[in-house]
Amino acid sequence: MQLSNDRARSGGGGPERAREHREVRPPVPEEPAGVRHDDPWFGALAPDWPGTEPPGAPAPAVPAPRQEPARDAMAEVYLAVQRSAAFQEVRSRYRRFVVPAGIGFFLWYVAYVVAATTAPGFMARPVVGAVNVALVAGLGQFLTTFVLAWAYARHARLRRDRAALDLRWDTQELTRGVKGGTS
Amino acid sequence: MSGNHQTLALVLFSVFIAVTLGITTWVSRNRHGSAEEFYAGGRLFSPMENGFAIAGDYMSAASFLGISGLIALFGYDGLLYSVGFLVAWLVVLLLIAELVRNCGRFTLADVVAARMSERPVRIAAGASSVIVSIFYLVAQMVGAGSLVALLLGRSGAAAQVWTVIGVGALMVIYVSLGGMRATTWIQIVKAVLLLGGTVALTVLVLVRFHGDFDRLLLTAAERSGHGIDFLAPGLKYGADWTSRFDFISLGLALVLGTAGLPHILSRFYTVPTARAARRSVVWSIGLIGSFYLMTIVLGFGAAAIVGPDAVRQSNAAGNTAVPLLALDLGGGADSMGGTVLFAVVAAVAFATILAVVAGITLASSASVAHDLYASLRRKHAKQRSEVGVARVAAVGIGIVAIALGILARELNVAFLVGLAFAVAASANLPVLLYSLFWRNFTTRGAVWAVYGGLIPALLLVVLSPVVSGSPESLIPGVDFQLFPLQNPGIISIPMGFLAGWFGTVTSSEEPDEARHAETEVRSLTGAGAV
Repeated sequence: MQLSNDRARSGGGGPERAREHREVRPPVPEEPAGVRHDDPWFGALAPDWPGTEPPGAPAPAVPAPRQEPARDAMAEVYLAVQRSAAFQEVRSRYRRFVVPAGIGFFLWYVAYVVAATTAPGFMARPVVGAVNVALVAGLGQFLTTFVLAWAYARHARLRRDRAALDLRWDTQELTRGVKGGTS
Repeated sequence: MSGNHQTLALVLFSVFIAVTLGITTWVSRNRHGSAEEFYAGGRLFSPMENGFAIAGDYMSAASFLGISGLIALFGYDGLLYSVGFLVAWLVVLLLIAELVRNCGRFTLADVVAARMSERPVRIAAGASSVIVSIFYLVAQMVGAGSLVALLLGRSGAAAQVWTVIGVGALMVIYVSLGGMRATTWIQIVKAVLLLGGTVALTVLVLVRFHGDFDRLLLTAAERSGHGIDFLAPGLKYGADWTSRFDFISLGLALVLGTAGLPHILSRFYTVPTARAARRSVVWSIGLIGSFYLMTIVLGFGAAAIVGPDAVRQSNAAGNTAVPLLALDLGGGADSMGGTVLFAVVAAVAFATILAVVAGITLASSASVAHDLYASLRRKHAKQRSEVGVARVAAVGIGIVAIALGILARELNVAFLVGLAFAVAASANLPVLLYSLFWRNFTTRGAVWAVYGGLIPALLLVVLSPVVSGSPESLIPGVDFQLFPLQNPGIISIPMGFLAGWFGTVTSSEEPDEARHAETEVRSLTGAGAV
């Protein structure tokens, strides 16, 4: 599998992180009972509901019947993953694209709406034939939407998907380990 | 309208109903009755299928009939709607689709409850989802009503009521028998039909003007009686500062509301991964964008070919501009071509309404059964299966939507959808964004964000000219109008965000670092996603 190679390359923190998790795991069985038991994903509702559990789904995908003492160990796994360099890298790649792009298109859209309502004279100025500034701006909104959607999909595919998949794999391995250790 | 149109349109529409009922029975032939299957269609749709289904869910009667009608009546001001409706998808693509796919199971409340204490958050988010859905459903029902009025002539008030009831009954059948899998296939079929019909009409309009878009615009401006002003903003929303603020308010609601619509959120769960959710949104942006570009042509085409006066005469809100355009493009009221084209458009519009109504009903019945019923049920009450409750909820929601749809049948459908978007943007978006991105967000903040957006939005609608104070309002006789704008978004959306912030900073609850970590890791990597 080339997954781990890629992770080491992209994050740099791969091996250390894995070791860290293994240190986290042993204390699980000795965890004092009754610390915090609310399961954030399935909560108190799940057991009451026949049919909420997909029949025959693979174990890592369905954390529902989680054992209670495992709760803290699970939290540790997620905290450790969150602090890992690989995850920080994925998150900052996501934010570095989404924050400026989001602010950009939102301001451009608000500017367009405000201009349409407060400066109709300017918007009515002809450009070519019957086509005026307002129409060009409106079609420009369509164009920027298409371009930005394409750019985001490309960025996510090339710069984020692989690293996120590796992290998903590792995290599920670790959480499965925690569950396996207590049940 | 002559009898030919009626018969042909009814035949085509019956064919659509037969096909969709066939799909419903076919997909439900080996059903397991699991919640996974009922709400998310087993999560096995491909991005392209889901992209078409999202487009089908989104291109409602409000888009097809309402926007082109507004363009036909008010020129450029109608186009502003389609820009807002499309740009909104960037919010969904960049901030919502993937993260929600990774974090939730079936509903909006799932995402929020992942970090917060379950009960209060589920009740709040479930209630606001149901309210948004009902607003949206009413808009669709009104669209169905005005189509029938056109088809059967002005005297058909009873027939109009019966059609709304018929649409309601059909949607309940689709949803309760077929669940998400049938609903998705109905959306796909409908999206293909709608896009096909729109392409055909657009080509015919452009052929009529020999491909000269300039000529089309100038003719539309000339026929409108407003001259060149018709092509610039300000005809509907430029009269005074009230209407300008009204428009800015609407613009905000449109761009921020889509991401809070329950039936759109539930569509991301029908694909297996976040990557598939992203790709389906990209598909839907392409489909929806091209569709709105064509409605611009149709709207100006209706103004140029039918003329705003004829449009207004048929339906004061402009909802029937496209069917009238089709009639004219086919060769006029008494021609074979006109009859066929009119019937096709009417049938496609019916199909649209039916499909969208089914999608919203499914999403809101999920909120009732998965969030509200589960949280409010008494501890020792008799247990029922969640899917069973959802089926019953679909019936109840259908009845409410039918009743309100009959009540509101004189309003423009695009405008009614604008209201639904305002409520969605105020009540659902703040809590969703805060739970996904804000480390210190707490349970109290979540509950306050929902109610702090929902209650102002609803109050302002009740106190607005929509409900009372003018001859066009819902209750024309009385006047308790206090708030001048028709769309509450400009006030209620910031209030939703502020309430969430204020509730969080004033609560004594320590933000749970571990659960935030879990949400963040899950949302960006998909670890542990169902």
